[in-house]
Order: sequence, then C-alpha cells, then structure tokens
Amino acid sequence: MSVFDGLRFRKVSSPIHRLDPRAKFFYVIVMFVVAVVFSELLPLIVLFLIQMPFVFVAGVQREWIRSLRGALFLAVMIFTFNFIFGYLSPGGITGIQPPVDSLSEYLMLLERSLAMALRFIVLVESFSVFFLTTSPDHLGLALEQSHVPYEFCFAFTTAVRFVPVLAEEAQTIMDAQKARGLELERGNFIKKIRNYIPILIPLIVSAIRRSLELAEAMESRAWGATEKRTNLYVLRLKKHDYALALISVLVLALAIYVRFFVQIPSISVTLRI
Amino acid sequence: MIEIKDVFFTYPNGVEALRGVSLSIPDGEFIAIMGQNGAGKTTLVKHFNGLLKPTRGEILVDGVNTQKVSVATLARNVGFVFQNPDHQLFCETVEDEVAFALRNFDFEEKVIKRRVAWALNLLDLEEYRKTSPFMLSGGERKRVALASVLAWDPQVVILDEPTIGQDHKQKERLRQFIVQLTAQQKTVIIVTHDVEFVAECAPHVILMANGKIVAEGSARQMLTNLDLVTQASIAPPQITQIFLGLTDLGLPTDLIDIHAAKEALLDFLEANP
Amino acid sequence: MPIIEAKGLTYTYPAGTKRAIENVSLKIERGEFVILTGPSGCGKTTLCRCLNGLVPHFYSGKLEGDILVAGLNVSKRSVQELARHVGLVFQNPENQLFALFVEKDVAFGLENMGVPRHEIRERVDWALQMTGIEDLRERAPHELSGGQQQRVAIASVLAMQPDVMVLDEPTSFLDPLGAQKIFEVISEVNRKLGITVVLVEHRLDLASRYSNHVVIMHEGRVVLDGEPREVFQSKKARLIGVGIPQATRLHHLLEESGLRLGRVPVTSEEASQIIKEVLRRD
Repeated sequence: MSVFDGLRFRKVSSPIHRLDPRAKFFYVIVMFVVAVVFSELLPLIVLFLIQMPFVFVAGVQREWIRSLRGALFLAVMIFTFNFIFGYLSPGGITGIQPPVDSLSEYLMLLERSLAMALRFIVLVESFSVFFLTTSPDHLGLALEQSHVPYEFCFAFTTAVRFVPVLAEEAQTIMDAQKARGLELERGNFIKKIRNYIPILIPLIVSAIRRSLELAEAMESRAWGATEKRTNLYVLRLKKHDYALALISVLVLALAIYVRFFVQIPSISVTLRI
Repeated sequence: MIEIKDVFFTYPNGVEALRGVSLSIPDGEFIAIMGQNGAGKTTLVKHFNGLLKPTRGEILVDGVNTQKVSVATLARNVGFVFQNPDHQLFCETVEDEVAFALRNFDFEEKVIKRRVAWALNLLDLEEYRKTSPFMLSGGERKRVALASVLAWDPQVVILDEPTIGQDHKQKERLRQFIVQLTAQQKTVIIVTHDVEFVAECAPHVILMANGKIVAEGSARQMLTNLDLVTQASIAPPQITQIFLGLTDLGLPTDLIDIHAAKEALLDFLEANP
Repeated sequence: MPIIEAKGLTYTYPAGTKRAIENVSLKIERGEFVILTGPSGCGKTTLCRCLNGLVPHFYSGKLEGDILVAGLNVSKRSVQELARHVGLVFQNPENQLFALFVEKDVAFGLENMGVPRHEIRERVDWALQMTGIEDLRERAPHELSGGQQQRVAIASVLAMQPDVMVLDEPTSFLDPLGAQKIFEVISEVNRKLGITVVLVEHRLDLASRYSNHVVIMHEGRVVLDGEPREVFQSKKARLIGVGIPQATRLHHLLEESGLRLGRVPVTSEEASQIIKEVLRRD
C-alpha cells in the first residue's frame, strides 16, 4: 500500500539522517517563519532552492518529489484563489486597483499568486525533508528527551510499528470477505458504505484483541517498574547539530534584515516587461 | 476441475512467489499442498477463487479463466476457509454469520433458512444459533467460520492451515470432518505443514518449495521419500523416522501409518522367529 | 526448595462462568524443563499467567491457594517485581514486539527496570548472541519470519535474566523447522544457563525429547505429573486425548499385541533402538 510507504522509513545513512531531530526541527521552524515573513516571489524561490541540497545529500529525492506532487493540488488551488481574489478585490493583496488592465499589472498579480503557492510548497518541502530524514524511533527518542511523557512517545512508536501489520491485516480481511461473495463495488452509494462493515468490524475487534495481548506482554516485561526509565540510546547534540542550528539562526537574522531594510525587487519589473 | 497452467506470480513488492506451477485437480480429489512457510502454498490456492490473478500463465476453474470473472463468481464454487476465523466474523449472531455468504449470493430467504440450519447442524452449532460469535471459544469460532463457508455448498473447499493451534482431539474431529466432505464428492484442498496430520489423512500430496512444485504423489510416496521431503523443508512423520532406523533389518521404509507399522513389525517377527 | 511451588490454586476469570483452574498443586525444581500440555481450555494458559502474576493482578479476580515463584508469593507481589524472575513468551510472535527494530525490543524490559545504559548494552548483546540473532539486530520486526520474531521475544525475556522462562505455545504459528529451532534455543538456554523452562505445547512429538518433567491438565485440574515416559505411557494420557508421541503410541500398540518392548520410547531414535534390540534378540 503506497500510502504507508511514506511512513516506512528507509534505513539510509546520510549526514542528514544523522542529525539530531531536535536540531532539524529547529531548522524547520525557522524555514516556516522565514517563509511566512516574505510574500515576494524572489525570496521564496531562494528559500525553495536552499533546501534542495539537503534533499540530495540525504538521498531522498524520489520520496521528496512524491510528497511535492501530493501538495501540488493544494498549491494550484492557492494560486487560483489568490489570482481570482487579487483580480476582483480592490487593493487586496497586490495593491493594484481593479480593473487589472495593463500587462505589468497582470504580471504582478501572477507573481504574487505564484509566491503564495510557492510559500505553501516551501512549507511542505521543509516538513517533508524532516520526516523523510528522521526515523520514527529517532523522533520518539527526541520526544522522550524533550520531556514528553514516555506513554505518548511509546504510543507513537508502537503505532508506527504496527502500521504495516494493520495494513496487511486489512488486506487479509478484505480477501476473506470477498471469498464469501462480498462485492465492495456493488450497489448504490449507501450500500457501498455498508459493504465496508464486514471489513471494519473484524479490523476493530482484532485491534482490540491485539491491544490486550500487547498490554499483557508489556506488563510481563516490567512496564511501569520504575519512574526513572533508562534508554539504550541517547541523543547527544553534536557539532553538526550546533552548526545547523547556527545556520538556521543566521538565515533567520538575514531574513529579518532583508525584510525590513531591503527593497525586494519584483521579478516582472526587473525583467522590464 | 481446476487446471493450473504454468503459473507465475509476483507480489507488488517484487517477491516472486510462484515460478512456473502446473497442476490439475480433478473433481472430488482430496489433496494436501505442503511445504514450509514461504514456499508459495497459500499464494497458489488464493488463485483458485480469483483473489490473486497470475502474472503469467492461466488458471481454469471448470473451464473458466480466473482472469475473466470476479472473485464473487468464482467463490460460488470455490469455498475458502481462512486460517484465522477472526478475520471473517463480524455479525451479531452465529446465524447471521452463516447466512452472510448466502445473502451475498442472492439465495432465496427460505433456501437461506434451510441451508443455515443444515450448516449449523453439521458443525454442532445449533445451540449457539443466537449467540454472538465473539462470545465463543477459539475452537467454536473456527467451526462457525467453517459453517459459514459450507453453507453455500461449494464444490471445492480450501482449508488454509486448518490445524494451527489445534489440540489432538480437535485435529481428530477435523480429520473426520474432512472424510465426510470427501464422501460428499467435494474437492478438498488443505494447505498445511503438519506432516502428522497428513500422514493420518493420507490425501494426494503436492510438495512445494521456492514457488515451484517439487513433486506430487500419494501421501505415502511423498512423505517417505527423504530427498523430496528435504527439498520441501519438512520432516517425515515420526513413524517413518522410526523405520528409517530399522532399514538394515530389512523392514519396509515407506510406512507413515502407525497401524500399518505395527502390522509390519508383527509380520516381520512371524517371518523371522 | 522448588523454584515454583503451587498449592491448591483455584481461579475464575471475572467474566468467566466456571473455574479456569481448580485445586492445582505442583512443584517444579530449579533447572527443570517442564512440558505443560492438555486439551484446549484445560487451564494451561491460566496457569502460565499465575506464574508471573498476570493472574491475579492483570486479570483481577481472586486467586485462591498459594503460589511461590522464586520464593515470591505471587498474590502479594506486583507483576513488575515478578518480571525480574519470571519471563513470559506468548503465542503470537507479532503481538509481543513493540519497537521499530530488534535491538530496541530486546532492551525494552531492561529499560523499564531502569538498568544503567552500559549494562543494557551488554545484556542485549549477550541475549542476541544466545538466541543466534545478532545479524537481525537492526531489522524491523515486521520484516522477520515468525520463527525469527519468536527468537527476538525469547531474547528480550532472556535479557532480563529470569530464573524461570514460561512459553505459552510459542510455536503455534511456526512450521516444523521453525518450531525445531525454537525448541533448540530454549533447550540451550535451559542447559547452559540453568533457567527453568515451562513450555506449553501440543506438538509433543517435537518437544518431548528436551523435557524431564511433564504435566498434563484437563478441565482445570492437574491430572498427570511426572517423568515423560511414565506420563506418556499411562492410560489416562490416552483417554484425555493429548498428542502422545508416535513412538510411545507404537510401543503401546505393540504391547497390546503381545510384543514386549521393555523400555518406553519417547523419541523416534529411542523407538528404533528399542525395536532393534528386541528384534535382534529374537
């Protein structure tokens, strides 16, 4: 099931994978803030390009492109809405008074709408890079060490661990019911939904049974024996993590400076169209 | 009649589960498909009711190519009892559960009533007619699953690993039940790695390994042939093993049944006083 | 002093209508390899749960009678305390592995107990080595075969260095080869480390060669308790309907037909040996 492939973290070792999730998360937040700070196309293009090296160094190009493709639909919608509202509303986003008549005004509107869409893509891009280069257990560990209660971290990693198991079970249940003549595509809309009952119920019952068995196993392995739980692994911030954090801070500082003190050229104007 | 013609099957994740399997299963035959986990046994039988379609080659069930019809159509004549009954059970009562397939196949209400009563009776479940299947014990739930498949009286009955987790008495009851089914001229196909069970039932045996059929023949021929048994990664029945240690005394080496073994030993003693 | 001593154990599950176990008494000495068997519903699983405290603490209800495991009174100690002395391996391999990869799973119990990190590392490495799965260290549990998963479960219990290891039908979902490997691992753990083993099994043909103590239960009670040979050749065992090893059954059939074989075999090798002796003699 390809949907779950995204969660199936590939065991790849790249410098990006080895970065502490906390440093990476800080970087993502900074990207987020910077993306929101700018509404102009040029800086957003720069922001988009800055992140590419990370993608290539981490070797996750294929998955990254897939996630962007997923975001494309929404990006197109954002572009369209911005264009239409910019066209119709007075002043609005671009400060252009309707009706939009000259070519240069059209181009400014276009540029602005593209910028909005690109901002969305940049946000998706940075989160995508984060999740593609951070294994779920690293994430769980980072959460733990950030003092999130252990129960939540455990629930998170266990859930991720069982995703492929549940997916397989859903397939088996579907097969078992199809073998009894269940036709999922048959009937009107209501009937089609009801057709899924013979699949959902065994799935839910099985999930409950599974939880019970897991709870037994957890208890049997001394779950809750002590408040001070130790860990086989410990995340330690290393030089490259501090380097990333520093770079992020610098980018943030630069962005704020540019925002307030530098006039950002519009692409269409610069190209003298 | 099920004809399997040079069938290859590769799962979407790239695993080649069947590599050129050809086989004919005439009506009324009782066969056991044996081999270790991963040999391709379950993958093969899932082709008989169309749950899987071959990537190469074809399968004809009563002359009909499985690629051309739906699972529901094939299921009408090929009943499949899955390993875990909990993957099928979802109704409020055992009665509903047994009637489920009959409703899917559009049987008339009064025929459904009749068939349900027959199936419940056959598997000793009449007392649980109005009970929720989830309240029953493991063994009882297995019987409900079996009843729900037999209810629509398919010509072919496939049992996937029916002996897993069963105690001695339950296996014996299962064996007798299979005898009943074969007496009704049904084609019974069991997928199993339980050598002792097969030795007791003595069906026609098909040995599989690595997606191919290694050999086929009577249970006696197959299970006492050390070469073949090793290829299929199973061990010969205990009785056979006992007699393997007695070859230098001139005793037969092709015994799988305990009573035949006893007779052979007593005969030997008479012949060599 | 026996490592496990039960007297008059009786328990009914809160939702149950009849007693799951009734008046169960038994003694298990340190280092024994016990096989616990009986028809479905005879109470073997409930008894296993009594050994590490899941009954009565996890399942509630009242446990009557006394049971001491490694000197601890099960009714009075928590499951967490008992977990240091008794490890339980369950039937379904998938549902006892939590972590995203093997090494972390094996460490789970130790982490829960707050064992210092370097010690966790040592014990995990040792447990992986003992169960022969060092090369699976970084693999995800879902990628493993059932047999490999069970070895991970055994390793995670082993890492806690218990006195007793209880295994409830660990080979149900495995093929005979996989089952064989598991029995060999358990047997090695028993012999080399002196860990007492309580194995619930139906496949007596494969498992009985390793054991020196067999307990058969029926309808909540212990009906047979003793040395494998004695138990398997008894009439009661045949009547209850457990899967007595074929070798022993053959012996019985031959005796019924007047052929005295003397010693009672439990494995096919023993049967061959005994039959050879008798036939050569004649």
